[in-house]
Amino acid sequence: MAVTLAPAPSARRRKTRDRHHRGASRWIVLALVTLAALVMLVPFVFMLLNAFKSPGDYSAGGPLSWPSEFYTKGLRTYWTEVNFPLKFWNSFLIAGSVAVLGVAVSVLNAYALGIGRVRGRLWIVGLFLLANMLPQEALIYPLYYISKQIGLYNTQLSVIIIFTVIQSAFGTYLLASVLGTFPRSVLEAAALDGAGKWTVLRRVVLPNLRPTLLVLLIFFFIWTWNEFLIPLVMLIDNSTQTIPVALASLQGDRLMDAPTTNAGALISLVPAILFFIIFQRTFSRGITAGAEK
Amino acid sequence: MALTETSAGPNRPAEPAEPTEPTRPRRKRRGGGYWLYLLPGAVLFILVIGAPLAGTLYLSLTKWSGVGDPTFIGLDNYTRLFQDEVFWTSFKNTLAMIVAMVVVPTLLGLVLAAVLFDVIGRKFRPRTAAALRAAFYLPQVLPVVVAGIVWGWILRPDGAFNSLLDAIGLGALRHDWLGDPNTALPSVMAVMIWVQIGYPIVVFMAALQRVDPELYEAAEVDGANWWHRFRSITLAQIRPETFVVALTCTIAALKVFGPVFALTRGGPENATNVPSYFAYFTFFKKLQVGYGSAISTVLTLIIILVAAVFIWLQYRSERQDREV
Repeated sequence: MAVTLAPAPSARRRKTRDRHHRGASRWIVLALVTLAALVMLVPFVFMLLNAFKSPGDYSAGGPLSWPSEFYTKGLRTYWTEVNFPLKFWNSFLIAGSVAVLGVAVSVLNAYALGIGRVRGRLWIVGLFLLANMLPQEALIYPLYYISKQIGLYNTQLSVIIIFTVIQSAFGTYLLASVLGTFPRSVLEAAALDGAGKWTVLRRVVLPNLRPTLLVLLIFFFIWTWNEFLIPLVMLIDNSTQTIPVALASLQGDRLMDAPTTNAGALISLVPAILFFIIFQRTFSRGITAGAEK
Repeated sequence: MALTETSAGPNRPAEPAEPTEPTRPRRKRRGGGYWLYLLPGAVLFILVIGAPLAGTLYLSLTKWSGVGDPTFIGLDNYTRLFQDEVFWTSFKNTLAMIVAMVVVPTLLGLVLAAVLFDVIGRKFRPRTAAALRAAFYLPQVLPVVVAGIVWGWILRPDGAFNSLLDAIGLGALRHDWLGDPNTALPSVMAVMIWVQIGYPIVVFMAALQRVDPELYEAAEVDGANWWHRFRSITLAQIRPETFVVALTCTIAALKVFGPVFALTRGGPENATNVPSYFAYFTFFKKLQVGYGSAISTVLTLIIILVAAVFIWLQYRSERQDREV
């Protein structure tokens, strides 16, 4: 709307000249942006540099020196002391269950809201959107208290249930608006063929939604993997804690000298970085899913 | 509100036994039977969100340590809250978090996304732009607490940042960045910019892909320089995404907890305290459940208010667009 410019006929010729003209400045821009990107990576370099140092090496050479030997005891200490495989399993169990259950609940909700167009759906969708924005502090104490009463405190199940609901609040909001635009003619054709609601959901709606659901699944997984407050409050035991909670609860512990802290952080970041590499395409495609509505 | 509207639902006629003929008004079938699909979600929602939220609301009117019975004290927690200096400090710090997590990343993100897309993506290879984008986005996929712990070590008096200053001859600037009340907040803000910057870049770059390239070419032909094109085309075209980024980042800034927990635990002297950490600390360290609930309730109200204002602004701007 702000554009009052009309395309000129001589566009092509002038463009080539223009491009030729700014040959030098584009390299300066590239250099500046690359520099900024490298600055972003500096903390990772610091971490890698110090994760493989012995404590003696660290106190002698400081944080910037090159390690004098490839020292892996810090990594191994952290791995065994916190029982990292167990923490990984806890994180994986929680994030994986939440991703699957959260998507399932989102689909059921969105089917009723987007396709079924139940009455008051705008208010219901608004309620789900609101739930997604709530600070977790507004829920945490009653959740903590109730789960203690019913014996779910300090179990992975409590965290799975809570995040299934929190994530599906967002999923419902997103999928309801996606399904709101689902072609009615397709649904009517299926109904004419005698398909019931459940069959329509399974045979018509789900196959169409599959790419969106995959994005949602991955997002729920990573969001839950990275969550902190609720796992911190609900999981107090070594056998139930997740990766971030385990690292945070060792902060300031005598075990955690600088190299071990870096080693622990490195181990804790590896799964997230692997997910990032595996799902990079989905990320850049899917992150706009929320923005489009 | 939603409940009164929904009461008519179950009484609606179920699916017609025979296939509906196309002429039949669709409205009649609406909603019938679909309620069943909403049932599991609704039950879970009430158990995990509705009831606890109501519980917090009630507890904010009581005095309670978590054992025994809560004592009803009316609005006393709220009067105490508005006189509590820590509360005001924590909200002042929230404003700093909004600068660090919304204002700076959105502005920088707009420029960087435009440069990556427009200059580097087109005048170099798109792969170069994608690789640079990944570097900016990387902090976004990490558990923020783990990143916070690494940063906490980097900014320690004997940490990597001070060593770096020494190495480049700026040793005079050595400082206890997180331990000094004067530098703690700016340091936390810097870390939050680092955490947050990738999100707007990725969203804006995706948004730019739907802008018609002919607009840029035409503008270039008309002699508009990069800055002109950025202002009159880029900004105007990706305004919907800018709204979404600003809203989600503002909500995130109001709720920020993990980084503050990992970096400073709200200290020193509350210099970096934020409402959500203040509430956590009041709940679980001071065991003042009623007071913590009041903090949480106020934070919730502010978030709802901010979201409502954003959505209203977006609605208004969309309506103006349609009228133009």
